[in-house]
Amino acid sequence: MALDKIGIAKRIAQELQSGWYVNLGIGIPTLVANYVPHGLDVEFQSENGILGMGPFPFDGEEDADLINAGKQTITAKPGAAFFDSATSFAMIRGKHVQLTVLGAMEVSQSGDIANWKIPGKMVKGMGGAMDLVASAENIIVAMMHSNKAGESKLLKTCTLPLTGVGCVKKIVTELAVLKIEEGKFWLMERAPGVSVEEIKQKTEGELVVPDFVPEMVF
Amino acid sequence: MNKVKKNVAEALEGIGDNMTLMLGGFGLCGIPENAIKQLVLLGVRNLTCISNNAGVDDYGLGLLLQNRQIKKMISSYVGENDEFERQMLSGELEVDLIPQGSLAERCRAGGAGIPAFYTPAGYGTEIAEGKETKVFDGKPHILETCLTADYSIVKAWKADTEGNLVYKATAMNFNPVMAMAGKITIAEVEEIVPAGALDPSFIHTPGIFVQRVFQGAVFEKRIEQRTTRNREENGIR
Repeated sequence: MALDKIGIAKRIAQELQSGWYVNLGIGIPTLVANYVPHGLDVEFQSENGILGMGPFPFDGEEDADLINAGKQTITAKPGAAFFDSATSFAMIRGKHVQLTVLGAMEVSQSGDIANWKIPGKMVKGMGGAMDLVASAENIIVAMMHSNKAGESKLLKTCTLPLTGVGCVKKIVTELAVLKIEEGKFWLMERAPGVSVEEIKQKTEGELVVPDFVPEMVF
Repeated sequence: MNKVKKNVAEALEGIGDNMTLMLGGFGLCGIPENAIKQLVLLGVRNLTCISNNAGVDDYGLGLLLQNRQIKKMISSYVGENDEFERQMLSGELEVDLIPQGSLAERCRAGGAGIPAFYTPAGYGTEIAEGKETKVFDGKPHILETCLTADYSIVKAWKADTEGNLVYKATAMNFNPVMAMAGKITIAEVEEIVPAGALDPSFIHTPGIFVQRVFQGAVFEKRIEQRTTRNREENGIR
C-alpha cells in the first residue's frame, strides 16, 4: 500500500537525530514535527524567526505575533529564541541547521530541485526555498512520486525553472525512499506492499535497484 | 534625542510620489498597519515597496495595491493576494522576486554600508541571470547588491523616547534589518515608554537607526492562518 502524507512524514521523522536543528517546509514537511520519536532531542527552526517551535496553540490562545513560515499560529517551547530574518538565514547559510525537509514539484537524478514556479501560471515566489537548498548539507525532499497528471516527478532533468542545482540527497515519496548519488536515483526502501516494478514504472530518471529492497519499517 | 511624533500623520510627513519604501513584516505578522492605512489616505503614488510579502486583498499592503499606489514590489513571496495577481499578469505592476535570505541580507547590507555580497542562494537558477559569479571553497556564489530606502517603516512592540526598539516574538522578522536600511526610519509601536524604562541590555534595534517613533492608534493584528489544538482532544482541561 502506498503511504499517505502522514506515512511520508512518519518515515522522514525516522531520519531525525538528537542534537539536530531542523527546518521544515510547508505542506507534508510540517507534519514531520508531529512524529518525532520519543526521547529524541531536536529543535525546529522556522525561517521567519524562531528556534524551538512548539505545537499549535490551544483554541483561544492564538497570538498574531507568533507564527511559523507557513503563517500558521504556533507556540514557542521553553528555551525558544526569536530573531530577525537576516540572523535566521545566517543560521541556514552558515550551516547551523542540520536538516532541511521541503516539498518539490520535480527532482532530477543529479539532485536539482524545482519547486517555486510554473511558467505561464501565477508566480508566487520562492520565499526561503532557494536559500535553504543552496546551503543545507542535508536536504530531504518529501513529495508524491507523480504529479496530478500522473507524470513522474523524479526525472532525468527538471523541466520547470530550478530552485537549486545538485542539492537533493534523499527523497521520501508515498512509494519509496531514494537517495541520489553519482547522478542516479538509488532505490533504498519501498513502502509496505509496494512492488519494485511499480516504483520503476513511476520513476522517469535513471534508477538503480539493488537485489534486495527492504520494506519501510514503522 | 526625542524621536516621538504625536501621531501617524506627523510621523509620515515627507513621504511622496515615486519614493522607495521598505515595510517590515512577514505575512501579516509585524506589519506597520497604521502607517499603511495612512499611506492610503495620503494617496502617494508610483511607490516602490520592498517587503517580504504583499499583504492580502483587504489588509496590509493589499490596501495600497487596491488603490494602485504601488509601481513596483520587491518581495520573496506574494501569494494570497488576488489583486496582486491581476495587476502583475496585466503588467500594471512590476515585480522583483528575491530569495528570502538574500532579501534580508540585502537590507542588512544596505544599513551596514556593505555595497554587495556573495551568496550561494539562487546559483544555477534564473535569479542568477546577469549576476557576477565567483567560486569560494569550490562552491559557486552570486553577487547580490544592497538595498536601501527613502523611508523604512517598521513595526515594533515597544519604543522608548530615544527610538530604541523591542519587538515581540516572530513579529520581529524583517523589521530590524529594514530599520537599518532607511534614510529615514519610522517605527510604529504599540507602546512608547520613557527613556530608561527599557533595559539597555535587551534592546533589539538601537535608536541610532530610528528617526521617528509613533504609537499606532488601532492594532487589528489580523491572523492569516489560524491553526489551533483542541484542549479536550489533547486531554487537557
